[in-house]
Amino acid sequence: MTVYLSALAGGVLIGTSAALLLILNGRIAGISGIAAGAMLPLSRDTPWRWAFLAGLLLGPVLYCLAFGAWPVVQLDAPWILVVLGGLLVGYGTRLGGGCTSGHGVCGLARLSPRSIAAVATFMATAAATVFLVRHGGW
Amino acid sequence: METLRSSVGLLAGLLFGFGLALSGMMDPARVLGFLDVAGAWDPSLAFVLGGAVGVSALGYVAVSRMRKPVLAQRFEIPHNRPITASLIGGGALFGIGWGLVGLCPGPALAGLTLGLPQVIGFVAAMVVGMLLHRVTAAASSK
Repeated sequence: MTVYLSALAGGVLIGTSAALLLILNGRIAGISGIAAGAMLPLSRDTPWRWAFLAGLLLGPVLYCLAFGAWPVVQLDAPWILVVLGGLLVGYGTRLGGGCTSGHGVCGLARLSPRSIAAVATFMATAAATVFLVRHGGW
Repeated sequence: METLRSSVGLLAGLLFGFGLALSGMMDPARVLGFLDVAGAWDPSLAFVLGGAVGVSALGYVAVSRMRKPVLAQRFEIPHNRPITASLIGGGALFGIGWGLVGLCPGPALAGLTLGLPQVIGFVAAMVVGMLLHRVTAAASSK
């Protein structure tokens, strides 16, 4: 049961982050958009993005200080898939205008039809990919 | 104002990263278990999205009565844009990449802190993918 509680508590913190960013800065907490906007060329709008990304990287450090262990990250995919997956995630999130956070956490929360369509699409292709890799004999 | 907005950015990032670490979303093995609906499905990560969307929705309810955000001139929220082939195609490609590795952008970036070579490689490839989109988008708009 604890995995469900920690999942829910983690989700609540992520939602709080999105609400804070919206109410105070007027911004969507979409990670792919924040990251892409933080890259060159620098704009007037860049500093908060870098601050957000710095906080994002410090989050696991805070977790380690609180619980005395790093969060588990178990990545077994071979290198070729790691690189291919990274390319697809980077290109796809820009083409589609968002990822799990921008379309998922923020878009679903305001019932955006675009985000609902995007989430349904990437959930479907992600599940289909896992199915093919694990059960399709690839 | 800029400094305040950056402070909010840092705090929001910290909450987001801590939340990801607590939730289990940073673990690709857990994420793939969640996506493996035909196998030994692990539904726990649905609670991450549920909790996050729920609280995030309260934020949208709060701002529906505000004319502008506390620290900025206007809300930067996309409105009424149509569902396009790019939206669906981009979402489809992102999902394939997510399903191959089990990392989406947030957990991948937060995971950099742990220094695993594969996570660093994934993020490097992700940045290249983003830049590739920028280059091709600029080329096709000429």
